[in-house]
Amino acid sequence: MIDEGRALFLQIAEAIEESILDGSLAEEAQAPSTNELAAFYRINPATAAKGVAMLTEKGVLHKRRGVGMFVSAGARDLLLGERRAAFAERFLDPLLAEARMIGLGPDDLATLLRERAAGAPTEGNPA
Amino acid sequence: MTAVIEVSNLTKQYRDKLALDHVSLSIEPGKIYGLLGRNGAGKTTLMSILTAQNFASSGSVRVFGEEPYENARVLSRVCFVRESQKYPDDATPEHAFRAARLFFPNWSQELADRLVAEFQLPVKRRIKKLSRGQLSAVGVIIGLAARAEITFFDEPYLGLDAVARQIFYDRLIEDYAEQPRTIILSSHLIDEVANLIERVIVIDDGRIILDEETDAVRDRAVTVVGDAAKVDAWAAGHEVLHRETLGRVASVTTLGVLSAAERAEVEAQGLDLAPVSLQQLIVRLTQKAAGTRGTDDAVLAPSTEEVR
Repeated sequence: MIDEGRALFLQIAEAIEESILDGSLAEEAQAPSTNELAAFYRINPATAAKGVAMLTEKGVLHKRRGVGMFVSAGARDLLLGERRAAFAERFLDPLLAEARMIGLGPDDLATLLRERAAGAPTEGNPA
Repeated sequence: MTAVIEVSNLTKQYRDKLALDHVSLSIEPGKIYGLLGRNGAGKTTLMSILTAQNFASSGSVRVFGEEPYENARVLSRVCFVRESQKYPDDATPEHAFRAARLFFPNWSQELADRLVAEFQLPVKRRIKKLSRGQLSAVGVIIGLAARAEITFFDEPYLGLDAVARQIFYDRLIEDYAEQPRTIILSSHLIDEVANLIERVIVIDDGRIILDEETDAVRDRAVTVVGDAAKVDAWAAGHEVLHRETLGRVASVTTLGVLSAAERAEVEAQGLDLAPVSLQQLIVRLTQKAAGTRGTDDAVLAPSTEEVR
């Protein structure tokens, strides 16, 4: 779950973001506490707190005094916007680079993509 | 924040070995530190001096602002769990816990009892008759239940199996979250403790070669893999920690954080970037330090500007 070589607090923040994106952590719901995150991921509580602080700054989480951290209204849309903006760079660029190397053009890719999405197995699938 | 430990120019000279060579560092309250390094690097010597169990040859040591030697005000707030702790011949774990309870004002009997059950420690058996792992468990239990303001764990896990070590790490995180305090964990098992420590101090041949926030260290180095000519051309502008080749493929580990633009440039050349784990980084740094030893430059000057 945790990968080496990347700042841990970023990974913790991303894990929380993903729970919000996939709906398992709803808006206005209580987010896990720093200590819960630390125990679950087996990390230093200060690191977990840093991840939570990053999301607070971004407006994804907010604090209710004496109660804990909660998911802000509009957090999901905010994250969707962010992830969509980063989508091309994060997923399409590596895809295009690999395709270029094995001689697939954008049209081939478009065809493949449609076929995969339709669940149709392709012949001679260049896996 | 006021440091709980201040060490300045600490040197320890044994008859024919310089165990600590002008070590300076400061430990802030409420953090978990990793004190890492090879066998014989000076970790135990450093911790023994900080806990007044050994004498410095020169330099100064302040714990809670005071000299630790024969200073009960300081020592009752500090717990040192040694790898080779000695107990009286006929003592049982029960005796050891009772003594610890008298000595440490914050002692939690509840936590001690829980850990005894989890480690399945036979508390009425003489310590002399315990296995190596059970002996380590006695130390771990005292170190955690003491809830001292500063706790040193010196390789506390010898003989503990993976399950028992996980119990130790889990309870450490849990109890630390509840009762934040300063913990200095010395370990060889860097991968196991990497996520637990907030700050990492690496000591090599008596000198501090790294003293930084663990998170900052994580992207500190990168490994570039690919066509040897391209990799070497890229590496020419960087500080190389390690290089290996397999046929025409080279793998070079370099020091320094890459910007997004640099990453893109590397990838555009068809080279692969691989992260470097804390353990790999420390291995490479110590190897490099060993390679350049004799010159006076430390590989990495301990950073002072990042101390909050």
